[in-house]
Amino acid sequence: MAKVERKPRAEGGLSEDELRDLFREMLLIRRFEEKVEERFRAGELPGFLHVAIGQEAVATGVCAALERDDTIMSTHRAHGHALAKGTHPNAIMAELYGKLEGCSHGYGGSMHLYDLEHGMLGANAVVGGGLPQVTGTALAYRFRKQERVAVAFFGDGATNTGTFHESLNLAQLWKVPALFVLEMNGWAESTPLRQHAPIEDFSRRAVAFGMRSIDVDGQNVEAVYEATREAREHAVGGEGPVFLNVRTYRLVGHYIGDPQVYREKSEIEELRETKDPIELLRARLELSEEDFEQLDTEVTTIVDESVEFAKAGTDPKPEDALKYVYA
Amino acid sequence: MAELTYREAVRDALSRAMRADEDVFIMGEDIAEMGGSMGVTQGMLDEFGPERVRNTPISEIAIVGTGIGAAMQGMRPVVEIMYQDFLTLSMEQLVNQAAKHRTMSGGQLKVPLTIRTQGGAGWSPGAQHAQQLEAWFVHVPGLKVAYPSTPEDVRGLLWSSIYDDNPVIFFEHRLLYPLKGEVPDELQPIPFGQARVMREGSDVTVIAIGRMVPEALQAAEQAKEEGISVEVIDPRTLLPLDEQTILDSVRKTTRCVTAHEAVTRGGFGAELAAVVQAGAFDYLDAPIERVGAKFAPLAFAPAMEQWAVPHAADVLEAVKRTMARA
Repeated sequence: MAKVERKPRAEGGLSEDELRDLFREMLLIRRFEEKVEERFRAGELPGFLHVAIGQEAVATGVCAALERDDTIMSTHRAHGHALAKGTHPNAIMAELYGKLEGCSHGYGGSMHLYDLEHGMLGANAVVGGGLPQVTGTALAYRFRKQERVAVAFFGDGATNTGTFHESLNLAQLWKVPALFVLEMNGWAESTPLRQHAPIEDFSRRAVAFGMRSIDVDGQNVEAVYEATREAREHAVGGEGPVFLNVRTYRLVGHYIGDPQVYREKSEIEELRETKDPIELLRARLELSEEDFEQLDTEVTTIVDESVEFAKAGTDPKPEDALKYVYA
Repeated sequence: MAELTYREAVRDALSRAMRADEDVFIMGEDIAEMGGSMGVTQGMLDEFGPERVRNTPISEIAIVGTGIGAAMQGMRPVVEIMYQDFLTLSMEQLVNQAAKHRTMSGGQLKVPLTIRTQGGAGWSPGAQHAQQLEAWFVHVPGLKVAYPSTPEDVRGLLWSSIYDDNPVIFFEHRLLYPLKGEVPDELQPIPFGQARVMREGSDVTVIAIGRMVPEALQAAEQAKEEGISVEVIDPRTLLPLDEQTILDSVRKTTRCVTAHEAVTRGGFGAELAAVVQAGAFDYLDAPIERVGAKFAPLAFAPAMEQWAVPHAADVLEAVKRTMARA
């Protein structure tokens, strides 16, 4: 079984080697989600699924800038966040197949990935649902004087929920060490930004609470990493939470199988040519065809092995559905 | 033994837990300087300081969600929701989040959170400050529900709630706060799922919760004068429910009345009736009677309010109806 090597975060800026590692991580997430899509269409995966193709640099850049004891909460589009935080691809794939070896032992599925050992406190299928819990997690870190941050990932759709406003207000009021990472992909499921919000610059919503906000190019993993380091320092320094206003692009539909009748095909094609974070980083690193192929083979092997691992996994006993209702 | 009011008993449990354990803290609206809208947390700010007695914005979903987040880290927060009507604002976090984290995570997470709340009619608060919503929460796997009616029980059960590793919705009744009762000098935790037989009797079992417990005891006293012996049981926790004590009683008395202040339709009495018919059908000498509020948002004018919610007299009438069928 191939292991995904994870190095401790770099001090200061990223070296070429570290950047290459992040490239590999992003490529792993991409190949993982492509495989998920393929296996779902083949009818092997129950439920329904959301992939984040195009947004890999956000998950990768943020998580690379965190310390091991920091925690994240995610959304229904969580595979990349969990992988980037350190959950093994096998554990996620096994979860998608509903196996005991899955990171949530078959109880969660794609929208409820949990991995406490790696600081993944849960993907959440209610838009905005995790936000107050991130505030509360960060409050516990403050109570205990721990040098940790709690991180919320959410999309622009969540910024219209009451939970978003109440959670940010309370987090800033109590100056808890939380990072609120807005993955602004311009869509609330199938509803475009112009139909779901009267403003485009969501940093204004954070600033309205007196919260510090940093604008970030979400297709540039270095920029995401740098901004997160800066934000983390601010938060653990006791200066309060930070809002990361990250512009990113979802190069696929809301869910696997989404015909995307709400946007032009040409728009998707253009975005894939100009905004693909993996292509952008590949150019930045000036990777040769050979180097790329080698990395691609490595991560594809890991992904293929995760499918084999998952398929060979253990089916839960039906009556175990009652096992964890109460602690 | 000491004598405490129900209000003092709540405060005593909170204060003892906070003295013993720095993972326990309380938060809610107006709970610090003001001591809570019902005065339950009066004086606690002075003893424990503003970090552990946290005034919050009027922001129910964030308060509850923040409590969940802190509980996920192993703290034991006690969140006060000023009126249980306002639980409606935090339902998403209670029902979709607190109740489900443990199962969704495959047993990795625990949410040792206590939500204290209160309410009830009897002082003309109108329709948005007096509902009794306990039945809603009994329908949600993953939550626990307590509704004690005496100082001793409220103290012992609140302690158990704080130290339960699951989310607990803890109901108090506004009209019970000034009631006095004996409590042991040392706090004795009361386990969940153990009913209390408040009064023994042989003809009819009345299962009452919250304010209807003292009302049922009053009705039992009146029934005695008419030669009817009433047994009164307070389940104390609705989820889990001590079915055995209830069934043992009904098998003995052969008649059953349920009583709560919440509206009858879809109320907890329906669940009790189902439990009793399933476990004691062959013993019953009369249909089970349910006592509860009439099916209407609570009207303001005292005459309408008093008519809409149940009292001892309603319990007594129900008791007599079961006797008439014998």
